[in-house]
Amino acid sequence: MKKRILKVAIAGNPNSGKTTIFNSLTGTRQKVANYPGVTVEKKEGKFNCSGYEFHAVDLPGTYSLTVSSEDERVARDFLLEENPDVIVDVVDASNFERNAYLTSQLLELGRPLVLVLNMSDRAASMGQKLDLAMISELLGCEVVETVGSRGCGISALKEAILRASFSSRIPNAVDYGQEIGDAVSTIASKIDAASEKSSSVRHKSRWFAVKLLEAERGIDEKLAGFTGSAAKGIYEEARRMADGIEGHHGAPMDILIAERRHGFAAGLYREVQISAPAYVKGGFSESIDDILTHRIFGIPLFFAIMYAVFYITFTLSEFPMRLIEGGIGWIAESIEILWPAESMLKSLVIDGMISGVGGVMVFLPNIALLFMCISILEDSGYMARVAFIMDKLMHKIGLHGKSFIPMVIGFGCSVPAIVATRTLENRRDRLATIFVIPLMSCGARLPIYTLIIPAFFPESWRPKVLWIIYFVGIVLAVAVIKLLRVSVLKGDSSPFVMELPPYRMPTLSGILIHMWERSKLYLKKAGTLILAVSIIMWFLTSYPRPVFNPAMEAGSRQDSEVILQAVALKSSIAGKIGAAIEPAIKPLGFDWRIGTALIGAFAAKEVFVSQMSIIFSLEGEGVSSMTEVLQRFYSPLVGVCVMLFCLIGFPCFATLVMTRKETGSTKWAIFQVVGLTALAYVVTFAVYQFGQAFGIGLI
Amino acid sequence: MTTLNMIKPGEHAVVCGVSGPIRRRLTEMGFVRGACVYVRRVAPLGDPMEIRFSGYSLSIRKHEAADISVERVSP
Repeated sequence: MKKRILKVAIAGNPNSGKTTIFNSLTGTRQKVANYPGVTVEKKEGKFNCSGYEFHAVDLPGTYSLTVSSEDERVARDFLLEENPDVIVDVVDASNFERNAYLTSQLLELGRPLVLVLNMSDRAASMGQKLDLAMISELLGCEVVETVGSRGCGISALKEAILRASFSSRIPNAVDYGQEIGDAVSTIASKIDAASEKSSSVRHKSRWFAVKLLEAERGIDEKLAGFTGSAAKGIYEEARRMADGIEGHHGAPMDILIAERRHGFAAGLYREVQISAPAYVKGGFSESIDDILTHRIFGIPLFFAIMYAVFYITFTLSEFPMRLIEGGIGWIAESIEILWPAESMLKSLVIDGMISGVGGVMVFLPNIALLFMCISILEDSGYMARVAFIMDKLMHKIGLHGKSFIPMVIGFGCSVPAIVATRTLENRRDRLATIFVIPLMSCGARLPIYTLIIPAFFPESWRPKVLWIIYFVGIVLAVAVIKLLRVSVLKGDSSPFVMELPPYRMPTLSGILIHMWERSKLYLKKAGTLILAVSIIMWFLTSYPRPVFNPAMEAGSRQDSEVILQAVALKSSIAGKIGAAIEPAIKPLGFDWRIGTALIGAFAAKEVFVSQMSIIFSLEGEGVSSMTEVLQRFYSPLVGVCVMLFCLIGFPCFATLVMTRKETGSTKWAIFQVVGLTALAYVVTFAVYQFGQAFGIGLI
Repeated sequence: MTTLNMIKPGEHAVVCGVSGPIRRRLTEMGFVRGACVYVRRVAPLGDPMEIRFSGYSLSIRKHEAADISVERVSP
């Protein structure tokens, strides 16, 4: 006999520890955070209990099941259409009353329910005690106490899920009072009558009745899917009843129903409470908040914390980065020794694959440490405060307070920054943020600046020039967002009603899991995408092989090996493209050499530097350093133009792939690369022509 | 009529009604008639504000708080 797989939907408020419960149940390791809205994807996992297989789905954390946000729509549609065998409602026991608002809606869906009182240790330490048997009796469901972070109560939860899935116990419905209650019953019985044949709507008729009274957007179509042509009549009848009740109470129906639900939650809480939590004014969480969101110290402290994050990310990573660099060098050298015959294949392996993938692998410690910091900030609850502190500023620009964090991460690397935009609920906010993230000057651009700035600027000017470049990126980002907001992304940014969760001590395992997940993602990228691009770039820069004898051309010059490379690069496809686009980039002050190097920079920004040094080995007769070469060939104005173009134009290939993946839109990724490159062209053109006309920075 | 955005940090108020485009969202988050709220603080830049009620904290922009009519009460 084939065993049935039982479907379990896990619902709950944001910050209720839902994801932790899901992880403990299924064993799949995922991100644990208390920043609102982290769980935006559908996460699935399997677990077994007493020989039965369960298929669990982690729904987005929501406060309600209306359709005011994408998350809520996803959760509602799943519960409504997928018919889970059991609904697990994860509730923060220390915040029972407010969590019970969602419970009141889950009860109506007509599926067996398991109520999980999570974080029961914290509730107990606050002195709160709840009568579990009473909750179970009043709601008509299973009740389990858990401490998700320590895995307590998980086996009891599994057994409760098993019991619930085989019981026909349908939870008790919420009492809306006489008038609304009667209306709900009348409409529900009409729905039952109209859907005689379809059993799937059976237990949902009450839910539909309530939603019809609330006149929720799109509910008539949903109902038509279940009851067919009868839906229209039922809908109109519900509207008539709602009008009557609204007239009587002088408030809109959705507000009346929400009030009843809150009343239900408050009543339930009073009923099942054995002892109330002692509210300690100025408790731990509040004292921290008094400092971290202080009127005067709040912002300086935020910048200090951001500085610490960058310090940790870029300073602590130096040593492991050097180790990795050494390791990659060692591998390349070993191959060089073990594979004596020069061949194109060998060049492909060493110059293409190893140097390409290696160049990306080097950033692994950066990424791991950055995500360690982010996960500490997120899990502790500080991220929500960052949004709180920065919202005014971000709102002025046309974004949401939560956009700030991804943009800050963008200064490290655009790829994780784009992933971090997942916390944004509003799609328009998210698209706008992703679009401008490449304008936050990432770590890979730094080698370009450190090549160019010392060549053209006196010592005292260097830090200022670097700051100006970063600043230009930020100013442009603001301008671009403003532009997007009045054109393709018109519309309000999402309202800023956000929970500020209590501060919590991040768990070591949570941080390590998060670091590992992100590092894995990054390594995967290095192993697949970057490898592929490296190979393509290698072909572009190596083929066709020079037809003439490079040694002849190189003549008597020394350092012949590098010159061979340079000759090869000039005659390669990349070199030819560089030469072909020269007329187009001439107005920006660029020649074919810069053009060729820019093509390389598309794979990864820092490749620009190595490409330049290869190209110039051809010309650099009698000069020892790149600095001298640059000084001889270009003016400071061109140097600035190169930096501007690298900053603004051509987000690297990895960024574009991430944009495509995270927005689910190839169009948006293409728009990003075309839009930013056009912007880069315009800005660089203006700067170069202005400089030329007024004789600024020519020597 | 007093609205929530006029309440100063440290003051208490009782919600009288909610209006505006996101009234449902606000109601769901707990701004129902009769709810006792406490303005905990205002963000360093002057917006948004932190509202505390029934054991949890919400952050809300003043623009949205203006849709919530309240009555000032002493704690």
